[in-house]
Amino acid sequence: MKLDEFFVTGEPLVYGGMVSIVLVTSAVIFLLTYFKRWGWLWREWLTTVDHKKIGIMYILSALAMLFRGGMDALMMRIQLAFPNMNFLNAQHYDEIFTTHGTIMIIFMAMPFLIGLMNIIVPLQIGARDFAFPYVNALSFWSFFFGAMLFNISFVIGGSPDAGWTSYTPLSGAAMSPGPGQNFYLMGLQLSGIGTLATGINLMVTILKMRAPGMKLFKMPIFTWSTLVTCFIIIFAFPILTVALALLTIDRIFGAQFFTVTGEGMPMMWANLFWMWGHPEVYIVILPAFGIFSEVIATFARKRLFGYHAMVWSMILIAGLSFLVWVHHFFTMGAGAFVNSVFSVSTMLIAVPTGVKIFNWLATLYKSKIEFTTPMMWSLAFIPSFVLGGVTGVMLGMAAADYQFHNSYFLIAHFHYVLIAGTVFACFAGLEYWYPKMFGHKLNERIGKLAFWFFVIGFHVTFFPQYFVGLDGMPRRVFYIIPEWMPLNVISTVGAFGMGVGFAIFVFNIYYSYRNSKREKTGDSWDGRTLEWATPTPVPFYNFATVPHADKYDAFLDMKEKGETTFEEEKLEPIHMPSNTGQPIIMMAIAAFASFALIFEWITLAVIGLVGVLIMMGIRSFDYDEGYHVEVDEIKRIERDARGL
Amino acid sequence: MAEHSKRFPINHIIGFVLSIVLTLLAAWAALGSDLPVKWIIAGIMTLAVIQAGIQLFMFMHMTERESGGGHVPWNMMFHGFVLAAIIVAGSLFTMSFGFTHDHDDGGSHQQEEQQEEHSGH
Amino acid sequence: MSAHELKSGPLEYRTQEGQMSILGFWIFLAAEVVLFSTLFATYAVLFGRTADAPVPGELFEPGIVLVMTFLLLTSSFTCGIAIHHMRRGSVKGLMTWLIITLILGLGFLGFEIYEFVHYSHEGATLQSSAFWSAFYTLAGTHGVHVTLGIGWAVLLLIQLAKRGLTPVTSRKVFIISLYWHFLDVIWIFIFTSVYLIGMVV
Repeated sequence: MKLDEFFVTGEPLVYGGMVSIVLVTSAVIFLLTYFKRWGWLWREWLTTVDHKKIGIMYILSALAMLFRGGMDALMMRIQLAFPNMNFLNAQHYDEIFTTHGTIMIIFMAMPFLIGLMNIIVPLQIGARDFAFPYVNALSFWSFFFGAMLFNISFVIGGSPDAGWTSYTPLSGAAMSPGPGQNFYLMGLQLSGIGTLATGINLMVTILKMRAPGMKLFKMPIFTWSTLVTCFIIIFAFPILTVALALLTIDRIFGAQFFTVTGEGMPMMWANLFWMWGHPEVYIVILPAFGIFSEVIATFARKRLFGYHAMVWSMILIAGLSFLVWVHHFFTMGAGAFVNSVFSVSTMLIAVPTGVKIFNWLATLYKSKIEFTTPMMWSLAFIPSFVLGGVTGVMLGMAAADYQFHNSYFLIAHFHYVLIAGTVFACFAGLEYWYPKMFGHKLNERIGKLAFWFFVIGFHVTFFPQYFVGLDGMPRRVFYIIPEWMPLNVISTVGAFGMGVGFAIFVFNIYYSYRNSKREKTGDSWDGRTLEWATPTPVPFYNFATVPHADKYDAFLDMKEKGETTFEEEKLEPIHMPSNTGQPIIMMAIAAFASFALIFEWITLAVIGLVGVLIMMGIRSFDYDEGYHVEVDEIKRIERDARGL
Repeated sequence: MAEHSKRFPINHIIGFVLSIVLTLLAAWAALGSDLPVKWIIAGIMTLAVIQAGIQLFMFMHMTERESGGGHVPWNMMFHGFVLAAIIVAGSLFTMSFGFTHDHDDGGSHQQEEQQEEHSGH
Repeated sequence: MSAHELKSGPLEYRTQEGQMSILGFWIFLAAEVVLFSTLFATYAVLFGRTADAPVPGELFEPGIVLVMTFLLLTSSFTCGIAIHHMRRGSVKGLMTWLIITLILGLGFLGFEIYEFVHYSHEGATLQSSAFWSAFYTLAGTHGVHVTLGIGWAVLLLIQLAKRGLTPVTSRKVFIISLYWHFLDVIWIFIFTSVYLIGMVV
């Protein structure tokens, strides 16, 4: 293979990307060497098994991916506002909407939420770490290398260009030769395995490691949403694993699953993809519901209205999410009966979701609302999400869907649920729990400025798209007719508003790091749940003594009784897992094997696979049982943190 | 706990004998009997489910006290099998409509379903 | 956590780590159920789509398939006996029965490889049609699981020889026994819905 086949050539924008990758990488290497931080990076971060640090790494990666996906979005908006400028050609536009969709769903929304779960769930249930800290590190690195693998595609080998759904036969070997589509398959496969492991890990953590007294129906609502999400992950992700594997076998080893030769069945891919894909959208929305519930209860200073109804509606949504997948391809022509069945089941989902909306409103009713930034994101969520949900029901009507299908109406719908739901929740959750992670709040004034730019920009971008969709503009076109111009220009203006909002948000992180008041108490917002009971910054073992939590809103109860998580007479040595470099090494080897498979270098791929198996063998013989933190050391750490 | 300290693993032997008998029964039903094909398929699938149950309950100790009465394993396995049914039956249901291929065997029932579709209009 | 160690009951459940690992593995098995059912669904949907390749009824041989089934059923039984010995505290019994299990598993694999080679000589390969792609992937995935299980069990046998029965080793052995029985469950469904139905229809 020649070098100019290996690297992507001929696009000024891609050359720009290459230069910036080289510059940023050399800058990072230079800074780490100059400040002699390599050892620190390895000991404190790359080998850590601490759920809080892993969570922070998840969120940092997710923010980087939000930036990448956002840049893709802005490039598409520029092209659509100035279609005659030849900013992007058809091929490049295809690649960009593919990477935008894939990155935002798989490498932004999920890791962001999993990052928040990582940090918060063990704290909310009074656990000292995950059930399997080693596996947690493994999950993170598999996500990280999967994301890197996918992202590198635009400079090496060429990006995938068959849409984030990667429908066959377009994405098959016959119509998309070359490594592009393989990047999609292997990048998702690698990170998907990590997600499945996280699902199992979190489920065992929640089921077995709760503080004494905390029954399932006394758990904080965010933990409940995590548990239900894990359930969906465990049952949905294997479907994706298989679908990706089948397409990989098709493309690399010449099988006939989704081909048009050999009596293959291209639409079977759509069937399998959406059997995972629909539960997937609930994987990214249920934790968001959990975050909003926490934030709304905290800043309405009221107990969450209808806790049981909230939990049961999530369980119902999880169950129904596996029964609606066909509504993504009504136009396949499965027949009136099939479409009717899935049309009805789709509309059923609106019922439990509606229950949740009314519960949030009832929580807010007659309360004293504190307008902090996280609360504002939550308040903006409710009406925006309802708009997205109602248009979703419209799309769920099979007959009408023949008109809406593949138009900008659909684009507007799912951006309304995913941005107003998931992205708002990520921002709300990050700002809400920020003091717990870093020991200081984000600046409220700058945060509100970012909020207004982002929310107004969001509506300006996507509201016109409903109408341009009804005017007949299809998705995934790089060139438009004059009739659609005005609304597209408005959309582009809005998109830049969102970009400014994101930039201000990132600036706020820097500004607050320099200027914000440092937290002393650990209870920054007068919180209700156990995560606020620890001192800030959270000691690596989380709880010096695990509280007895038999009330809902356990920390409120503790504050009334004057209890803390540092009862000196109850201290015992704490068992903690040791750091290990194995997860990052194992996943680096797995990434190497995947990379070889992408270019169909079978020998190298087999060598890499053997390497992964050897790493698993090494793990099997590893009897490291961690270490104990002695009582004296706990006392010293806690007195320091609490200023006693 | 008493059952584990027994010298003779009676449970396992019963399970083993049962699984052999059920396998032979299924093989006979499929290869030796003259039952209608639909009955055979329904019958041998039922036998397979019973055998899976034998493995889960008699060999895998799913419900023993130490695993918390098997509450979580039960729940997850149950939902796993419910999902298996949804995935297999749902795929067949969705993909059988409007898809036909010009092959004589195996494809005929799909064409029938299509005809039913059309006569319904 | 080690403070919560129990004094009675099976060794593998005495520590909290042990209980959590076993529970986590059950949840993993539930995910495996879905993984295999997706392969079954693909197989069922692509059933009959043999294109120019031979149809399954011509190639499947009841004799070999029954032998394979009995090998795997017996290995599941011997694996159960191995755990029975483990719970009575006998390392020797455990290792002996585990080795018997592995030999039976290897026998199963041998027949499966023979079967695959035989079919591909008859013109039914992974590439020849959608049906055969689905067949090889479904049966092959099960075969890969059996192979991995054998490799894994060998590693555990070495650890058992070195360390004897501890809460950690017995937890590991118990988990692989769950895995092995589970592979038998999957095989029962492959036997029924692939081979028997393939020979009937």
